Amino acid sequence: MHNFDFVKPSSIADAVKALSGDGAQALSGGQTLTPTLKQRLAQPSVLVSLTGIAEMKGVCMGADGLSIGAATPHAVVAREAAKDYPGLAALAGGIGDPAVRNRGTIGGSLANNDPAACYPAGVLGSGATIVTNKRKIAADDYFQGMFTTALDEGEIITGVTFPVPQKAAYVKFNQPASRFALTGVFVAKFAGGVRVAVTGASNNGVFRWTEAEAALSANFAAAAVEGLTVSPEDMIGDLHGTPEYRAHLVKVLTKRAVAAAH
Amino acid sequence: MPKDTGIGASSKRREDIRFLSGLGNYTDDMQVAGQAHAVFVRSTVAHGRIKSVGTKTALGMPGVLAVFTGEDFKDVGGNPAGWLINSRDGTPMKEPKRPVLAHGKVRHVGDAYAAVVAETLQQAKDAAQVISDETEIEELPAIIDMAQALADSSNRVHDEISDNQCFDWGWIEDNRAAVDAAFKSAPHVTTLELVNNRLVPNAMEPRASIGEYFPGTGDYKLTTTSQNPHLTRLLVAAFVMGIPENKLQVVAPDVGGGFGSKIYHYGEEALVLAAAKQIKRPVKWTAERSESFLSDAHGRDHVTKIELACDKEGNFLAFRTATLANVGAYLSNFSTATPTFLHGTLMAGPYKVPHVYVNVKTVFTNTAPVDAYRGAGRPEATYSLERVIDKMCRELDLDPFEVRRKNFITTDMFPYTTPVGLAYDTGDYHATLDKAMELADVAGFEKRRAASAAKGKLRGMGLSTWIEACGIAPSHLVGVLGARVGLYDAATVRVNATGNISVMVGAHSHGQGHETVFAQVVAEQLGVPESSIEIVHGDTSKIPFGMGSYGSRSLAVCGSAMTKAVDKIIAKGKKIAAHMLEAAEGDITFADGKFSVAGTDKAKTFGEIAFSAYVPHNYPLETLEPGLEETAFYDPANFTYPAGAYICEVEVDAETGKVEIASFTCADDFGNVMNPMIVEGQVHGGVGQGIGQALLENTSYDENGQLLTGSYMDYAMPRADDVPFYVVDASCATPCTHNPLGVKGCGEAGAIGSPPAVVNAVIDALHRGGHKVAHIDMPVSPARVWSAMNA
Amino acid sequence: MTTVTMTVNGKTVTGEVEGRTLLSGFLREGLGLTGTHIGCDTSQCGACVVHVDGKAVKSCTMFALDAAGATVKTIEGMANADGSLSVIQQSFQDHHGLQCGFCTPGMVMSSAALLAENPKPTEAEVRHYLEGNICRCTGYHNIVKAVLAASGQDVPAVAAE
Repeated sequence: MHNFDFVKPSSIADAVKALSGDGAQALSGGQTLTPTLKQRLAQPSVLVSLTGIAEMKGVCMGADGLSIGAATPHAVVAREAAKDYPGLAALAGGIGDPAVRNRGTIGGSLANNDPAACYPAGVLGSGATIVTNKRKIAADDYFQGMFTTALDEGEIITGVTFPVPQKAAYVKFNQPASRFALTGVFVAKFAGGVRVAVTGASNNGVFRWTEAEAALSANFAAAAVEGLTVSPEDMIGDLHGTPEYRAHLVKVLTKRAVAAAH
Repeated sequence: MPKDTGIGASSKRREDIRFLSGLGNYTDDMQVAGQAHAVFVRSTVAHGRIKSVGTKTALGMPGVLAVFTGEDFKDVGGNPAGWLINSRDGTPMKEPKRPVLAHGKVRHVGDAYAAVVAETLQQAKDAAQVISDETEIEELPAIIDMAQALADSSNRVHDEISDNQCFDWGWIEDNRAAVDAAFKSAPHVTTLELVNNRLVPNAMEPRASIGEYFPGTGDYKLTTTSQNPHLTRLLVAAFVMGIPENKLQVVAPDVGGGFGSKIYHYGEEALVLAAAKQIKRPVKWTAERSESFLSDAHGRDHVTKIELACDKEGNFLAFRTATLANVGAYLSNFSTATPTFLHGTLMAGPYKVPHVYVNVKTVFTNTAPVDAYRGAGRPEATYSLERVIDKMCRELDLDPFEVRRKNFITTDMFPYTTPVGLAYDTGDYHATLDKAMELADVAGFEKRRAASAAKGKLRGMGLSTWIEACGIAPSHLVGVLGARVGLYDAATVRVNATGNISVMVGAHSHGQGHETVFAQVVAEQLGVPESSIEIVHGDTSKIPFGMGSYGSRSLAVCGSAMTKAVDKIIAKGKKIAAHMLEAAEGDITFADGKFSVAGTDKAKTFGEIAFSAYVPHNYPLETLEPGLEETAFYDPANFTYPAGAYICEVEVDAETGKVEIASFTCADDFGNVMNPMIVEGQVHGGVGQGIGQALLENTSYDENGQLLTGSYMDYAMPRADDVPFYVVDASCATPCTHNPLGVKGCGEAGAIGSPPAVVNAVIDALHRGGHKVAHIDMPVSPARVWSAMNA
Repeated sequence: MTTVTMTVNGKTVTGEVEGRTLLSGFLREGLGLTGTHIGCDTSQCGACVVHVDGKAVKSCTMFALDAAGATVKTIEGMANADGSLSVIQQSFQDHHGLQCGFCTPGMVMSSAALLAENPKPTEAEVRHYLEGNICRCTGYHNIVKAVLAASGQDVPAVAAE
């Protein structure tokens, strides 16, 4: 990989400052970025590690819901969110493998917005709020297609706040090689309705399956989505599955997530 | 009572201590003083004409010591194919030169056309990037599909080979008419077209090489990730570089797996030697995994049509196959033997089928070279046979177990000569099938199926009965078949003056545990503790000669050489003992580490004899040389023929198409077993790879020749949660009749027998679930299963 | 170049590294601890797993400077104080949980991390936990067995479940 300066600020303010320089790039665990750098697909002049910032770490329950610091590793979320938001904790506990979960962070995952990542489904499915150093962004506004988000240049995610649903579950069907989601569905049942978010399937990245949301809001049972169909249009087709297969999985996994929700 | 030492004991592996302590010594672990780093510049297009290689800027970059291109090696020899195969019409195969670095054309993505040597790895990489950017290659249409390659002579991988065909081989051509006649008159014919999927071997240690040159003596040293250092030395010396064999030392230190991919000599090895000589410093290269995917020899990649002729009761009358075998862009060292003599000769399986004919066309394409990968040709043969038999059973509504049983060669028929030219010496195929059925509880299947159904899963059971020819190989026979080398092996047993023993073996251990097992064998023979024996391998300067480890040959061939060398030690020891004990040589017996005069209590220990050989004060010097060291070469009289029966049960999730292995049972006949623990481990590993081939592993090139599965992000390696605990058994042993230990070989078995068992089980599950799916090509991925179910 | 200091296998070590120097590179080339292996470049194979502040991490996917001040344990630091193999290492030998040995250091480090988190894992938990460690030799059978045995469980009983 190309060389760069490595800095590890201990406050958000210092991180923002470091990232304002030319060619600076944030590193938040690096489980995706590091392999990218090895391939020389990115060429930052400064890499700013965000994992040394104490105020960006931790899981805590508050009035707005469950807040997770952006630099919190998946393994910590899996452990510490288990009581307050078990569906989300289980999602975090299923990302990558244990070593990846010890380094990868929620902020890093959301900033990258890989179309097959798990967290975007949990965040969109929960209707969470992404908190940055500048503003708060609703999940519905945040995800803007594969690897594209509402973040501005130099903007840092500092945390995510999740309203906690009555019931939720995430069901992932692994891509057999990478074990990212070939398709993954997050279902969350709130008092005001159901949200269904799908990752891995669409060329447009994570999306809400609104027909299923309507059906499940009326009747939160797997049978409620039985009559629905998912269009394969705009679904990803690759050697691990056709668009039709992914479309099919969306429905199967939604039913399973509904059945598993607790 | 299991033994705790010697032959048959599950001795713990001595090599494990260093591996478990982080003290292994793999090639990349070595830092040779003054070493520089080589990086290869690889083609990003599958097929192209090199207009210019952009070396100029790179030569001036920081730390760059040298840059090489194909031009620098255009006058050295090519890396040869080890087997000459003749086409059906008698013409010899086409053998394009395989250069150290591509010259004139690049022929696959990853084809190295230049190399940079620099002070640091990063400097070399920086320069390689610049060369890549500044090189001009005129892209040509990629030749990927085999059938298209044969049909279209306007586009050629090698300009001089008009039809992209290496050879068109018939086995056995003289039998063809009789086979065709058998099909014409057969009451039933089952036909199946299938793909044996291309695999990337993926030894966990990527290839690496360090070249050294010693100007004072003109000697070279190559440290490299090889399964056979002597073969590499031979190829580099005699064919590629012209370095005198006695000026080149090849060392294969700890090697992290091979599975075939490290048999072959690769251009990177020649480059580091040439570079070391030019810059007069050691030069090191280590592949990154993405580089391994592009440049290691791949495996399998056959497209086959197989036909089975039989009567209505399922008695086999004939097999006939037509296969296209991909050799990739260049001929790798064993690539012409793998689809022919390691494949066609096995096409009778363990069955008393009277007529067999095999046709294989090998095709050049703009893909990485394809060569032997664990099993090499025999998995392809077994898969074709066991799948078509399974299909026939379904067509005729016959029991697959009974069909195998009625067609097996029976124990009274050995030695048995097959219609494809092999002479099986011994076996008991009914015994292994019975054992597998007992261990797999075939009788209880219906109950398990019902339990799976209650969970919403489709359960199926698949059978595969397999045989292979290994213990490679009798030189006289392979010579007739086109081999350009002998396939004997060698060992030296050196009894040191203090009585401990060094055994230098030509076999190379890269996971097989030779350091432990070979010591067990020698300990048994000499009646001395295993701990007094050291096995030395992997260094041409220390061991006499050897053809290395592959083809389940180490114990059957090299172990036999070792055993013969020990016999010579004992014979000499008897002479020494006769002198010391003042007895006739014929009266000396050797047992339990002691030389005794028969019928007396007069005896000398092994240690006393060894001491006497090196301190010959009371010694028959007039008739016997001092010292106690013997070398033996062993050339096997025949192949060995391990065989077995594998039963797989799967559960299929009908909604997603995902297949889970519910159980996997193996009953094998490996002949005599030296270390049961290690034999079981070999089977586990082979089955794991076979399940990988059946369910997960797919090597996919797009139409432009880009490798779509070039990393673990897209090439699905079996993980711990993809496989179950396996049930393995090797108790149905019929010892090999022609080697001293009665061993047959176990390294490849699992990878040979398992893929058809898995696929047969999946098809069975689908049929039981009402889905009349005739066949699904490997890997039987969830998406493919789902598509087949919903076709 | 930047100076980095960390504790590796109980010793304080200091070295000069670049920004891009990976922890694996610092361990292997900087400290000569070549037991930590590099088997891939996409953070999948796990041959490079070490413990950083008690947690299993892929050292090829962490920069050396990100480990400044951390406590790192590698395969070379796994033996007992008297030099004998630790329980998990010994169990790998006893149950033939390794063949070529290349994935072994990472496999041992991941297994040790599992047992620290979950002292009596089920077979399924072992298999799931090791999904980030690829072995090409063993078919995983004896690795899973070794981990279960190291946890003090009766292996055949667990295997039969």
